[in-house]
Formats: sequence, structure tokens, C-alpha cells
Amino acid sequence: MPAALDILSILLILANLCLLGSSRLATCIRAVALQAVILGAAALIANRGELDARVIVIAVASTLIKAGALPWLLRRAIRESGAVREVEPFIGFTASLLWGVGLLGACLLIGARLSPHAAQGSGLLLTVALFTTATGLMVIVSRRKAVTQVLGYLAMENGIYAFGMAFAIQEPLLVEMGVLLDVFVAVFVMGIAINNISREFDHIDTDRLTALKD
Amino acid sequence: MTTASVSNVLLALLLAPLLSGVINRVKAVFAGRTGQPLLQPYHDLAKLLRKGAVYSRTTSWVFRLGPVAGLAAAAACLTILPIGGVPAPLAFPGDLLLLAYLMGLMRFVTITAALDTGSAFEGMGASREAWYSMLAEPALILGLAALAVHTRSVSLSGMLDGLARGELAGPGGPLLVLVAGAFAIVLLAENARIPVDDPTTHLELTMIHEVMVLDHGGVDFGFIQYAAGLKLWVFSGLLTGVLLPPLTGWWPLDCAVGIALILAVAAAVGVVESVMARLKLARVPQLLVAASVLSVLALALVLR
Repeated sequence: MPAALDILSILLILANLCLLGSSRLATCIRAVALQAVILGAAALIANRGELDARVIVIAVASTLIKAGALPWLLRRAIRESGAVREVEPFIGFTASLLWGVGLLGACLLIGARLSPHAAQGSGLLLTVALFTTATGLMVIVSRRKAVTQVLGYLAMENGIYAFGMAFAIQEPLLVEMGVLLDVFVAVFVMGIAINNISREFDHIDTDRLTALKD
Repeated sequence: MTTASVSNVLLALLLAPLLSGVINRVKAVFAGRTGQPLLQPYHDLAKLLRKGAVYSRTTSWVFRLGPVAGLAAAAACLTILPIGGVPAPLAFPGDLLLLAYLMGLMRFVTITAALDTGSAFEGMGASREAWYSMLAEPALILGLAALAVHTRSVSLSGMLDGLARGELAGPGGPLLVLVAGAFAIVLLAENARIPVDDPTTHLELTMIHEVMVLDHGGVDFGFIQYAAGLKLWVFSGLLTGVLLPPLTGWWPLDCAVGIALILAVAAAVGVVESVMARLKLARVPQLLVAASVLSVLALALVLR
């Protein structure tokens, strides 16, 4: 059912744009969690030919971790560090959205070159995978807070997952588990680090970390 | 030019004021009020048309041109808008641009008329109207362009006819939903509806459309109200044409369904107005850019 994959890909694009355009941290976290759920559904659809227990377990486990555990950790980090619940971007929300459209255009161009080699669907998933990775990068460089940078990292990871899925083999799911473990540790460490940073510095603005507290 | 196409235009001219009646009624139901009668806009129009107009000495012919040219532009849009799968009477290739720019002309004469009064208050409204419509226009044009590429037709009638039945559930579905989303935001913005502008405020510093027509009275104001109804009709017709292409082949039924859907859009606008608050002025451009982004996304998907 390539149409279903296409619809999921478009939802993924909209979640990315939501991540770029939203001013609230809670919405951004929800957008990234939504991406994970969409990708979980897409993994089941993409592998529906050989839908054995292994595929289902891997897809469900990664969805649970990315849509349940990691957002919970992030929310907890925000609560504990008492961060302001706004995103505080270097690039404004409207400008970010326009950048997002530009990135999408670039990804469409690249995706069109690569898609003949993609095994799944109409190749839109490949474009979206690139776009999700690019969005993650964009969020990492254009946002001020450490929490948002973790979110960008998660979005990039989602993009890598989608990229593996676009080439539709089961082995990337294994690779993905490895990457996911890294991300899990990274978010865990970041969660603790954010707490410690906020204890030391009064704030978690990455551009002001050079100034030491008395 | 068939009976069906002409009857569509006549029905639009007859029923357009009903839309604001429907919106007010839905808002009243949501607020638990009895609300004004459904046909109140017609009574208002009849009252305004019986009155004379008063003109300030600082105004010139530009001020008097505004309502007349605005109404003419809105009425001209009806002749190229297909409803219920029946081609419009004056359909020709490229009429989608004419539609966009007739709307632009209507806005332009309203803005110049507002500036002509020399009132700072109206100038402020005119400035906001120009700024927001500048952001809404790309969403409309790019959305139309996406539909044009998708259906391989550059005429509105051909375009909406080319959207095959049941397309919404088929391969073109995501595209149509994206374009419809963009058009819905443009509809709210262009008709000065709630997330963008509050049509019920007359004396607030945040209003846009109402402030521009403060100095119009009598017949002129009646023309403006009527033109606003026609404009809402045109945008609703466009939106329903995208979302739900004709179901049967028998035109009286299709037209009736089309018109019922337009009234349903008005009811939906009423619901939106009841459950949403106005956006902060600074947030409105973001909403309109988001509409453009939806259109660009749709266009990128068809061009892919």
C-alpha cells in the first residue's frame, strides 16, 4: 500500500514543520513523539510482507522508547531545571518555517536523484527521511536551549530511522536499535547534564554558558 | 453558457447574504443566545439601501469608487466560479489568475477608499489589510497552481471538474487535504474572520477590515456588506469544490449539494469563531506563512 506510506510521509513533513514553527517546548516534544509513532506505523506497513514477531517487537519497542520514555525524560528535565517553556530561537519561527520549506525543496531534489534506488513506495519516504534529518540539524543550530538541541538530535535520529526504512530491509532495524541505544544514553546523560548545568549556571542557554556563575 | 451555470450565478447573488446570517446563528447557538433571525442580513441590506450616503469633504471620487468597484469585482468572480461540477458561465483557460486578481482589485479599492478618508485610524487598518493579504496571496495562488498541475487544467471549471469523484480517498487525497487546509486559512484571513480579525469589534485598536469601512454609510455600506457576502461565497465555493467534487451527474442535485456545502462552510466558520480566540497580531503572519507552506508542500508533491 504505497498510498498509506505517502500519507504517513506527509504527516511526517507536517510534524517537522510543526517542530520548526512552534514556540512552545511542549508542542515540540509532542511533534517529535508524533514522528516516532508515525515511523512505527510506517515500519509495520513497509515490512508487511514479512511481518514476523521480530519486526513487530523491534518496531513497537523503538516506538515506545521514542514516543514514551524519551519525551517523559525531556519533560522531566524541563520541569526539574525550571526552564522557561518557550523555545527561544536564534532564527524566528516564521523564518524557520521558510527555511524549512527551502530545506524541503533541496531534499526533494536530492530525493528525486536517489529514489530509483529506494525499494519502498514512491520514494517520498526517502525525501522525508532526508528532510527530517535536515530539520533536526536546523533545530540544533538555530535554537538556544539545551533541551531543544536534544529534540533536534531526536528528530535527526527519526530521520535516520526513516532513511533505513526507505531502503526497506530488516537489517537497518537492527542498526537502528544500536543508534537508538546511543540516543537513549545521550538523552539520559543530557537530562542529567541539563540539571547540573542549571544548578551551576542559573540557566541552560547554550550561548551564555561561557559566563561563569560567581 | 447553460441554464445551470447562469442559475448558479443568480443563486449566489441571492443567497450570499445568508452566509453571514448562518455564521451569526451558529455563534448564537454556541453562546446559548437566541440570536438574530437567519434573514437579518437581508433586512440590514434593505435598510441600508433605502438610506442616503453622507460624504466627508476631505474625500474624493476614490472614496466613492471603493464600494462600487469592490462589489463589481466580487460579482465578476461569480461568473468564473464553478459550483457543484457545473462549469462557470465565463470559464476560460487562465481564469484562476483572474479570480485571484479580482480579489486583489476588490482589496485595492477598499484600501484606497480607506486611505482617501485621511483618517489615521483607517490608514492603520488599510496597512494591516495590505500586509496580511500580501501573505495570504501566495497561499491562494500556489494552492491553485498545485491543483492546476494535478488536474492538467488552467481553468477553474476544468480544474474542479478534473478532480475525479472519490479522489479524496485516492492517490490525490493528501494533496487535496493540504490545499484545502491552505484555502481554509486564506478564507478566514481574506474574509476578516476570527483567528485573524474580529468582525464584531468596531472600536478596538486590533481590528482590520471593519476599521477600513468606518466612514462608509447608507448605500455604500450596503454595497460593502453585500460584496463581503459574495467574497465569502466565492472562497467557500472554492474550498468545497476542492474538498468534495460532484457526486452525481444530474446538475440540479449537484448544484443543491454544492450550495448546501457552501452553507456548511459558513456554519464551520461560525464554529471556529465560537471556539477560538483571536490570534495576537504578531502571530497572524505566522499562520498565513503556514498556509503558504501547506500550498508549497502540495505543489512540491505534484511536481515531484
